[in-house]
This record gives sequence, C-alpha cells and structure tokens, in this order.
Amino acid sequence: MLNVLYFARLRDTLGRDAERIDLPAGVTDVKGLLDWLRARGDVWATELGPGRSVRAAVNQDMAQPDTPVRDGDEIAFFPPVTGG
Amino acid sequence: MNAPTVPQAVLGGATVIRVQTEDFDVGAEITRLRGANPKIGAVATFIGVCRDLNDGADVSEMVLEHYPGMTEKALGAIAAEARTRWDLFDILVVHRVGRILPTEQIVLVVVTSAHRGEAFHACEFLMDYLKTQAPFWKKEQTPEGARWVDARASDDAAAERWR
Repeated sequence: MLNVLYFARLRDTLGRDAERIDLPAGVTDVKGLLDWLRARGDVWATELGPGRSVRAAVNQDMAQPDTPVRDGDEIAFFPPVTGG
Repeated sequence: MNAPTVPQAVLGGATVIRVQTEDFDVGAEITRLRGANPKIGAVATFIGVCRDLNDGADVSEMVLEHYPGMTEKALGAIAAEARTRWDLFDILVVHRVGRILPTEQIVLVVVTSAHRGEAFHACEFLMDYLKTQAPFWKKEQTPEGARWVDARASDDAAAERWR
C-alpha cells in the first residue's frame, strides 16, 4: 500500500488531498507511478501530463523520476514550491 | 539557589525551525537566539514580507500551504548543509502558514556567527534553498480571483549559484 498525497494546485485540480493505492504491478519508481496515475485519464492525464511542472517527494525527501517507490512509502506530488 | 539556565547558544549553537500561523517578533526572536553567548560577533537577519502586488495584479491576501513533516525535515536539512559550509553559532528559521495580508511578515531567517561574512552568506544561502526546496505554496487573492503563485526561474538560478 502506498500513501499518496497531493498539494496546492494539484490537490485542487485532482479533487483530493490523499489516497491509498495498492502498489501497482510493474511500478518501481516515481516515473512509473506518475505514468500509472496519468493512465486514469481526464484531469489526471492533463494535470500530470507533458508541459506541467510536477515535483515529487518520497518519504518526505525531494525525489527524482528514478527514485525507487516501495510498498509502504509516502509519495507526494506537488507543483514547484513557492515559499519564502 | 537555582543555577541560572544556560542558553543553548552558549553550548555551541542552536538550530531552531518553526512553522506557525502567528506573526513573530523579530527583536524577541534574536534576543532569545543569541542568549548570552559572548562569542557571537555578527547577527544576519532576513525578513520576507507580503506585498500587495505580484505579476501585475493587486494582491489583497495570500494563503500559504505546506507539507507538515516534510517542511521541518527539509528546513532542517538546509540548516545542516549551511553548517557544513560556514562556521556558525545559531540558525533560526520561522515560516508562517495560513492567511497573510500585505505588509505582514512571512518568513524570518537569523544566523549568528563570529564574523559578518559567514552570517551574511549563510543567511542568503538558507533563503535561496528555502525558496526552491522547502514545500510551501502560495495562493494569492486578486481582483480576478484566487490563483496559485508560479515558481520563478530566477529562484532556481539563485539556488544554483551555491552548487
């Protein structure tokens, strides 16, 4: 099971702030999970699609597309940060 | 007779990270951070303030959101990185979240060191990394409605200078 979180614009557009997902077969990294989410179509395909800046964190550390995703991880997706 | 409390700063320096909705008192924060450490010769401070204008639109208020848990972890990592680069005593980062109005304070960074160069550099480094690595997001209220603030390429470039 993955705990997947969405923040800021992504949360507004995707209509949820969190969900639990059984680790999909074949998903081993952040890019794989993003591809799997995009395949839901509709806003998932556009908001997470090409031309959109999406950042990810795995277990509360900034992640890259090839950062591994394992069962039990907390994965967050969000736009580039704008604090300060 | 009770022994006087020894400020943490005297024992080699404190790193204090706080995320809060309330405003902060800069003078009180600096006084508490410095304690009675006679080795401190420099205190550098940065205060980020909410403006009433951004990207050509009037801003009547903003709401700051963050990722609880990761925010503190990211700011702690940024402070630890600063300590590997410069000889510092104390680091304080206070960042507000929630509703903030123009002219209100958003963020405070205070760095203490023996000499000004270290404090100036570390303070700027902390802000540059905070802007690109700490999970905060601003939503502005404008006459056309609410909008999420876009990240700036200039902030990425500022952080890149320190690599």
